[in-house]
Amino acid sequence: MFLKVAWLVLRKDIAIEVKTREIFYTTLFFAVACVLVFSFAFVKEGVPVEGAGVGILWIAVIFSGNLALGRTFERERYGETIRALLLVPAPRAAIYLGKLLGIVALMSLTELLLVPMVAFLFQAPLFSWPMHLLALLVLGTLGFASVGTLFAAMLMRSRTRDVLLPILLYPVTVPVIIAGVLGTSALTQTPADEPMATLWISMLAFFDVVFLTLALWMFEPLMTE
Amino acid sequence: MVRKLFTPLVVLTAAMFAYAPIAIANAPYESTMLLVQKIFYFHLATWMALAVAVSVCAVGSAMYLFKGHEGADRVAFAAAELAVVYCTFGLISGSLWGRKAWGVWWQWDAKLTMAFMLEMIFLGYLIVRKYGGPGSEKLSAAMGIFGAATAPFIYKSADWWRTIHPQTSVMKTLGKNAPPMWNVVWFCGTAFVLLFLVLLALRVGLEERRAELDRLYLEAEA
Repeated sequence: MFLKVAWLVLRKDIAIEVKTREIFYTTLFFAVACVLVFSFAFVKEGVPVEGAGVGILWIAVIFSGNLALGRTFERERYGETIRALLLVPAPRAAIYLGKLLGIVALMSLTELLLVPMVAFLFQAPLFSWPMHLLALLVLGTLGFASVGTLFAAMLMRSRTRDVLLPILLYPVTVPVIIAGVLGTSALTQTPADEPMATLWISMLAFFDVVFLTLALWMFEPLMTE
Repeated sequence: MVRKLFTPLVVLTAAMFAYAPIAIANAPYESTMLLVQKIFYFHLATWMALAVAVSVCAVGSAMYLFKGHEGADRVAFAAAELAVVYCTFGLISGSLWGRKAWGVWWQWDAKLTMAFMLEMIFLGYLIVRKYGGPGSEKLSAAMGIFGAATAPFIYKSADWWRTIHPQTSVMKTLGKNAPPMWNVVWFCGTAFVLLFLVLLALRVGLEERRAELDRLYLEAEA
């Protein structure tokens, strides 16, 4: 029942997204624009500053993720479908899970295009440890999105949600961002520091468990009027 | 009960703060940093009180969120405000110490970054409260719980990431190696926690009066 509800919510979001592709295109465009803007600051005389690619990658991921979070819930609010969603006789946590998976899927899709682009533009050796990079990105995205989905959902009622979302989200997810950036840096430096990257991956997994547990636990009382 | 205890608490706190400089002056000098190390007594005491503030805020937030206690929400709000105050003071005293010990005002080391993050979380708590509109109490309660969840990472960050900041193991060995210093550390820590309690009681009292005023307004209008 729980997983079925989560799956239905996820399928609904995917169906809308496949039809309009609105969030995917805007998010991807924004991420690319981010990379472009940062390239001016971190490319000196045609050569990128060492390690700049990793930072730019993560900033683009986080910023575009923020955009996707806002839009996903704005759509629910605009269509006044969130009330219907919350009236479903199912555990609220299942709705949260469905929404979370939708956002993770969307962010992963963006990353799929963003990572090769950054590797290409900034000559970053991102693909020398593909499995480690994959683990860092997946866990980092999950950690960021788990808090983000909760906050975006609860801010729906607030008039100032667009401003408040990043204000609340970034400080709380700093541990995830630190772990992601430092873990990826450890992989791309020469020589690569594989044990360090593994340490950061386990840190990320740890943060994910904490954040996900808290979010699942708090979603129900937060969404109750 | 709170009202009866309040005056003795204020007197005790004032007395402890009056005596604290003397205790710190009498404590033995640290072998390498000498006079500069004396900042340590207030610096560490601030973070001890901050840990109490963050815990109070989290417990209050959780009680409000899950049980709907309005009083707990007021306590959490007051504790969050004080957490911001203590965190600011801790960052400033740490910065002063860092200038002398490391030669720089600010170092992007794990513990400092994480402490900065905690300050941002609790500032976020206050911002939501002020600008979140109706229902913002619940949003800020979530912020308080997340802030407390990340606090243990801040405490242990210097141990795990082996950065420039002194590790928490200093505290474990200090009791054995330098009992006079150890006593002063705890004296200052207690004084800061008591100050926190005094300020918390005052702030909660103010919030209670504000809630009472709101209630009376509504009654007068009805």
